[in-house]
Amino acid sequence: MDISSKPRQVHPPLIDIRDRGGPAQPMLRVRKLFKHFDLKKSFIESLAGGGQVVRAVDGVDFDVFKGETLGVVGESGCGKSTTARLLMHLIEPSGGEIIFDGETVGTPGLSLREYRRQVQLVFQDSYSSLNPRLTIEDSVAFGPQVHGVSRREAIGRARDLLARVGLEPRRFAERYPHELSGGQRQRVNIARALALEPRLVILDEAVSALDKSVEAQVLNLLMDLKDAFGLTYIFISHDLHVVRYISDRVMVMYLGKVAETGPAEDLFERPLHPYTGALLSSMPSMDPDQRTQEAPLTGDPPNPINPPSGCRFHTRCPMAEPVCAEQTPTLASVRGQRKVACLIHEIGSGHSQADAAIYAA
Amino acid sequence: MTDAHTPAAPKCPPSPAAAEAAGPSASAVGSATSTATTPVTEPAAGFATAATKVSDAHSPALASEPPIVSVRDLTVTFNPGKRPIKAVNGVDLVVRRGESIALIGESGSGKSVTLRSLLRLHSERRTVIGGQIDIAGHAVLSLSNRALADYRGRVASMIFQEPLLALDPVYTVGAQIIESIRRHEKISVADARKRALELFERVRIPSPERRLDAYPHEMSGGMRQRAMIALALACRPQVLLADEPTTALDATVQIQILLLLRELQRELGLAIIFVTHDMGAAVEVAERFAVMYAGRIVEEGPTREVMHNPRHPYTLALMQSRAHGAMAKGARLASIAGSPPDLAALPPGCAFAGRCVFAEPRCHEIQPDAVQLSELHRARCIRTDATAAGMPRIEPATV
Ligand SMILES: Nc1ncnc2c1ncn2[C@@H]1O[C@H](COP(=O)(O)OP(=O)(O)O)[C@@H](O)[C@H]1O
Ligand code: SF4
Ligand code: SF4
Ligand SMILES: [Mg+2]
Repeated sequence: MDISSKPRQVHPPLIDIRDRGGPAQPMLRVRKLFKHFDLKKSFIESLAGGGQVVRAVDGVDFDVFKGETLGVVGESGCGKSTTARLLMHLIEPSGGEIIFDGETVGTPGLSLREYRRQVQLVFQDSYSSLNPRLTIEDSVAFGPQVHGVSRREAIGRARDLLARVGLEPRRFAERYPHELSGGQRQRVNIARALALEPRLVILDEAVSALDKSVEAQVLNLLMDLKDAFGLTYIFISHDLHVVRYISDRVMVMYLGKVAETGPAEDLFERPLHPYTGALLSSMPSMDPDQRTQEAPLTGDPPNPINPPSGCRFHTRCPMAEPVCAEQTPTLASVRGQRKVACLIHEIGSGHSQADAAIYAA
Repeated sequence: MTDAHTPAAPKCPPSPAAAEAAGPSASAVGSATSTATTPVTEPAAGFATAATKVSDAHSPALASEPPIVSVRDLTVTFNPGKRPIKAVNGVDLVVRRGESIALIGESGSGKSVTLRSLLRLHSERRTVIGGQIDIAGHAVLSLSNRALADYRGRVASMIFQEPLLALDPVYTVGAQIIESIRRHEKISVADARKRALELFERVRIPSPERRLDAYPHEMSGGMRQRAMIALALACRPQVLLADEPTTALDATVQIQILLLLRELQRELGLAIIFVTHDMGAAVEVAERFAVMYAGRIVEEGPTREVMHNPRHPYTLALMQSRAHGAMAKGARLASIAGSPPDLAALPPGCAFAGRCVFAEPRCHEIQPDAVQLSELHRARCIRTDATAAGMPRIEPATV
């Protein structure tokens, strides 16, 4: 078992002819991104003019820098996967902007087709994302052929990639998905995502269904590929240990909004948002002599159909005060690269701890 | 309401039919006075756990009580005939009253199959079960169908990862609990409802009165999990079998359920067998760990000892492959090369040999016996002397 070997390069030297704005320009800028799903209205509701709306993503702002891994954490229903699908343009946003390397997606500068080639998604479910009737070699070669690469070249590329993700082509190329283990199928999915030579890869719970020892293999692979191909990752997961381990920066979401962002180590060492603090202390302890004595939060995350007023976390927040039910906090810089949306960190917000916290920061 | 449960659990009046069906020993087991005469044989001393170490909530007198769960040389084979799948290959397990043990391992290691055997949930036609299972005086593998129906839920009951497996979507949760109580006891609907309400309070469901009348789909994930636990406890079982009950939950909800299980164990004196692939969850709940690989328990011992001093190469590797907070960023994670053996074609020797960095030629030939490492700690490996120093540093191969 190896724990000793080479440290990972965080920013590989990028020389990519597709690069436009240079290393300082974010790979992705997301501004005021919204996605509301209308639920079916009942007859009475439609008479009254209003149906129910799921506010899955509700005004989200963030950047992803070139060559970094941005980790995204939060509980089910917080909007992680909807954000991923919006970034892939698999669903239409209800509002907002996605800017890829300086160009707005869907304009003459960057067609949707060209964007889709540069951004790829790997899902959790390795069964349903592979066509059961294609050999894995054909699955990996499929995308490039759609984008005009000849079959011969696409197959050649697929074999190279299979070798690259640790599936020896002579043994595996002709197999079908059901003949592989979960870890092996996830390697195929990664190879398939890389076949289009993307610059940004979105990994949505991509290792969550794997056993720990296999998860470790796939995480090692992801880090190697990132170095080798100069990739940028958005790594979505509910597993805080894994996110901390793999991410350069982390974004914490709660009920469709960003609660907090910042460099991974700093954020995990000193959470600013009470929700981040609660998430961290909800992690099982791993130390039999220091088992958790009290659950940091009670109840389940509320439903995004009728999210609480003001700060969405106020119904569960241990620091909540009456003002939190009325005033919506804005995501703002606190210090360094840290941003947080909480009235405790807003000057003059009316929260009794506001000024003390700002002094301390 | 706890008084309805704590000391009463074993005294809970079984229906006459139940007492009859379960045989003469059933009523005796569990009541403290009968320990000397209860005919449950003590298995290998190495498996015995001193109850005083188990939980401060217990009187030392329990240490001399026979174990409530005693499994000996359990084997489970599916599809006997063409291509038999040997899912469990000689599991020995002892759990005392009020004790909680975690069965830990990766998918396919046989944790769930072992657990389901304790309730005899496997299809009788497609499964061959060998060995012995004694739970609170019931020889589970030889119970008649009628005795089995009474045993399930009243002596041992089970909770799952997916509550909808246990809860019927077309009845309210309250109705299901009431029905379950009345199946085992002669008791009026009103009294059963009262007990259902107490159970809802016990598992901390807010507005319990109103929630009894809710359908499973009307509840949130964490609430459904609590309702399923309430249903499992309806007939005051002494043993709770938990199959990954928190795996699908969000972090902030998972910890609430783990703490609830711990509290129930302590306050009701429940024995809990907690199946999980998550060491962290296991640490929160269990005093003892049993690590499974290819249908065998390969290492077993007090949680503290196994966590701090793992001695089976598989346990060592499992611990190191975790991306834990303490892990240096940027360092590569240790991983276990290869994949678990095909249960339809198990190798003659140690099942881990093909992936083990400590393996020697003889590992491929002999089936390692359990080596006693301390009073309560044992591992099935012929090289436990070498593993004491931890993992050697070798570049791991890929899948
Ligand atoms: N009803 C069944 N028929 C055939 N094989 C089964 C059946 N149930 C489980 N198995 C097999 O038994 C092995 C152990 O499974 P299981 O106990 O579910 O593992 P775990 O709970 O440790 O993940 C697996 O290979 C599984 O596929
Ligand atoms: S704004 Fe108020 S409720 Fe929201 S996180 Fe801050 S203290 Fe808690
Ligand atoms: S018996 Fe041999 S192969 Fe099996 S775990 Fe021990 S050292 Fe490894
Ligand atoms: Mg299982």
